[in-house]
Amino acid sequence: MALVLTEEQTMLRDSARGLIGDTAPVAHFRKLRDERDAAGFSRDLWKSFAEMGFAGLLVPEEFGGSGLGCVEAGVVMEEIGRNLTPSPFLATAVLAASAIARGGSDAQKKAYLPKIADGSLIAALAVDEGAKHRPSKIALTATRAGNGFKLKGAKALVVDGHVADLLIVAARSAGQPGDADGLTLFLVDPKAKGVSIEHTIMVDAHNAARISFDEVEVNADQVLGEVDRGAALLDTVLNIGRAAVAAEMLGVADEAFGRTVAYLKERKQFGKRIGEFQALQHRAAHLYTEIEIVRAAVLKALQAVDTDAEHAGFAVSVAKAKAGTVTTLAVQEGVQMHGGMGMTDQFDVGLFMKRARVLQELFGDANYHAEALAEWKKY
Amino acid sequence: MSDAASPDLDQFRSDTRAWLEANCPAEMRTPMQGDEDNFWGGRNAKFASDAQKVWFERMRDKGWTVPDWPTQYGGGGLDPAQAKVLREEMAAIGARSPLSSFGIWMLGPALLKYGNEAQKAEHLPQIARGEIRWCQGYSEPNAGSDLASLQTRAVPDGDDFIINGSKIWTSYANYADWIFCLVRTDASAKKHDGISFILFDMTSPGVTTKPILLISGKSPFCETFFDNVRVPQSHVVGTVNRGWDVAKYLLQHERAMISGMGGRDGGRPLGQVAADSLGTDDRGKLDDPILRGQIASFDIDEAALACAAERAVDLAKAGQLHPAFSSAMKYYGTELNKRRHEILMSAGGIDALEWESERSNDGARARAWLRTKANSIEGGTSEVMLGIVAKRILDLPGA
Ligand SMILES: Cc1cc2nc3c(=O)[nH]c(=O)nc-3n(C[C@H](O)[C@H](O)[C@H](O)COP(=O)(O)OP(=O)(O)OC[C@H]3O[C@@H](n4cnc5c(N)ncnc54)[C@H](O)[C@@H]3O)c2cc1C
Repeated sequence: MALVLTEEQTMLRDSARGLIGDTAPVAHFRKLRDERDAAGFSRDLWKSFAEMGFAGLLVPEEFGGSGLGCVEAGVVMEEIGRNLTPSPFLATAVLAASAIARGGSDAQKKAYLPKIADGSLIAALAVDEGAKHRPSKIALTATRAGNGFKLKGAKALVVDGHVADLLIVAARSAGQPGDADGLTLFLVDPKAKGVSIEHTIMVDAHNAARISFDEVEVNADQVLGEVDRGAALLDTVLNIGRAAVAAEMLGVADEAFGRTVAYLKERKQFGKRIGEFQALQHRAAHLYTEIEIVRAAVLKALQAVDTDAEHAGFAVSVAKAKAGTVTTLAVQEGVQMHGGMGMTDQFDVGLFMKRARVLQELFGDANYHAEALAEWKKY
Repeated sequence: MSDAASPDLDQFRSDTRAWLEANCPAEMRTPMQGDEDNFWGGRNAKFASDAQKVWFERMRDKGWTVPDWPTQYGGGGLDPAQAKVLREEMAAIGARSPLSSFGIWMLGPALLKYGNEAQKAEHLPQIARGEIRWCQGYSEPNAGSDLASLQTRAVPDGDDFIINGSKIWTSYANYADWIFCLVRTDASAKKHDGISFILFDMTSPGVTTKPILLISGKSPFCETFFDNVRVPQSHVVGTVNRGWDVAKYLLQHERAMISGMGGRDGGRPLGQVAADSLGTDDRGKLDDPILRGQIASFDIDEAALACAAERAVDLAKAGQLHPAFSSAMKYYGTELNKRRHEILMSAGGIDALEWESERSNDGARARAWLRTKANSIEGGTSEVMLGIVAKRILDLPGA
């Protein structure tokens, strides 16, 4: 597969760039933030995402979606990153859609996928419990009770958990925290008895939730995939999410960088445009190179998860780690090269820095994925 | 990963795989240890082993020393997709390159674009068959990064030019048969406008070379002197005084080549190499957690760079590659290769410090480490590469 977008993917990118750039630019995000909007995103915008077919990108055609792939989802994520657009796209259209499409029973697919595709259902994936992403350390327990299970424990950062109509909860049904297997995924109604949801606003003014489960009863038909063998499904879904987050980071990095270069060409000091100073030119050129490398690594990872390639996990770790460090550099350099203006809330570049910090942490930071790669290479 | 491509390409892949399997000797599927493992061709070519000779001759006979050149010039006539398949299949078995050559990497592409028919017919097949070894006469003592300020003069005399001046850093000039050389043919023009690109035989009367010893203790580099060297004017490639265009085009290829060095030796993972000297802890992890982390983040960067290199080829095929992108890749690839060798030295610890011993293969690791320091200098320094990216790609102001 060539590491360039196909013609259709390029068209999708152009239409996503148009729609998102026009209707949900950074100003849209600022407005929601300043109004302390309860949902933190616009439901109207989500409706138009659904109309454009974005919500159902990863939903198979028989369930009302367009049955496209992760490369296409990545294309949309990149534009979301570029505009800092708050949207349930990642949680619902990417994570939940692929979890249900890949792991769900026919009944589950029929129940949820069409609603994801038409934008009427928002879903969230609940994985992380500690301060750092460590899926193997999941401790939230699922104990057998009657014909089902009882869930007990807490999740620390559930993206869109505060507005979700459906939670996909990763729980430990066997073994000990730290074991690779023994996990089961459950489809849980957030209104079920024993679920309590604490809405949190993060540093980047995006929204998430801390969710606790106190003896929450779930039936056997709420199991997604196989009991005790959910780790593989979870891993696949997380890899799709990681590749998508890497694509969002690419958008963040590229946009912060583009704005920085524009500033270098316009701002004057010492009677010159600051872009004439070689010290800044070289830093900009270095950053350009890094971002181009991320672009290639992200595309590689998205293609690899689409084809379920054997090396998909490897390609994803490379992309997530590389995007994590480079995006961090891009936003830090962005603020620095904007000088004092970069520190003001009025200027957008700081918003990119805050978003990058969250995305770096989501589903494993650069260190987590470097460790995964070292394991992969056996040293 | 294989392309979801035409049945023809699938057929080509399986034929290629079978051919390589049958024809690439086992010794040619191991990583190169030092420069002796390169075969450079030329009039005085020597093979380091029978396997090297067999491998070279078989590849040459298929035109696969230059798989994507036209068959009429000794190439394999492969289209870009087939050439990619061949590269992938060679990489899959760790096959060494059969011929190392400035003719292939640099001069060939420039001749294909700018040479006249007679020049192509004369030189390209000899490059493809490894018969003539070329060297590059660009840099001068006072014209390194500022290459266009070069002073070596070529003055017309009948049908010839008479060349006087000197070059420096001419890699392998003492082994080369011919040189591609930048000379000043119009001293009154602006500096970029009076340069010509010319080819001549290193055995021409008046050419002398003098080796330069490097910090790695090896000296494949030379000063090269021209004292009234007579060269037919027909040896100019492209137009007289327009040699800078040819020079720049060639530099793009040189930079692309240098950016791909190192890393792709098909060797064992760096972390496992480190474990040879350092050992592992009871969980099988490298017994130096900080170095292990450095290696892991290096591996991330290297794997990501490999994606970018692959993408550059695909972008070029799609006609979307920025011509200055090779400068970005050259910069990144060489800085990374230096980091790789810093890690190798650190991983080797005391073992890596030996300079002259059989056990250390004559200090191979230390010498290689020192040699890599030139990667970010030769072919244009990292600073110059960043300057090119800043101006040509990012369009930043000032000169
Ligand atoms: C091992 C080796 C092999 C080589 N092989 C060949 C060969 O085969 N043929 C050939 O013709 N040449 C060859 N070269 C020469 C090489 O291309 C030059 O060394 C290189 O272009 C740098 O020139 P210089 O050495 O004169 O350094 P200088 O140009 O003197 O540079 C000195 C320092 O100043 C910096 N600098 C210079 N200009 C700028 C600027 N505008 N902005 C910021 N920093 C700047 C440089 O980056 C460098 O750090 C080789 C060099 C080496 C070391």
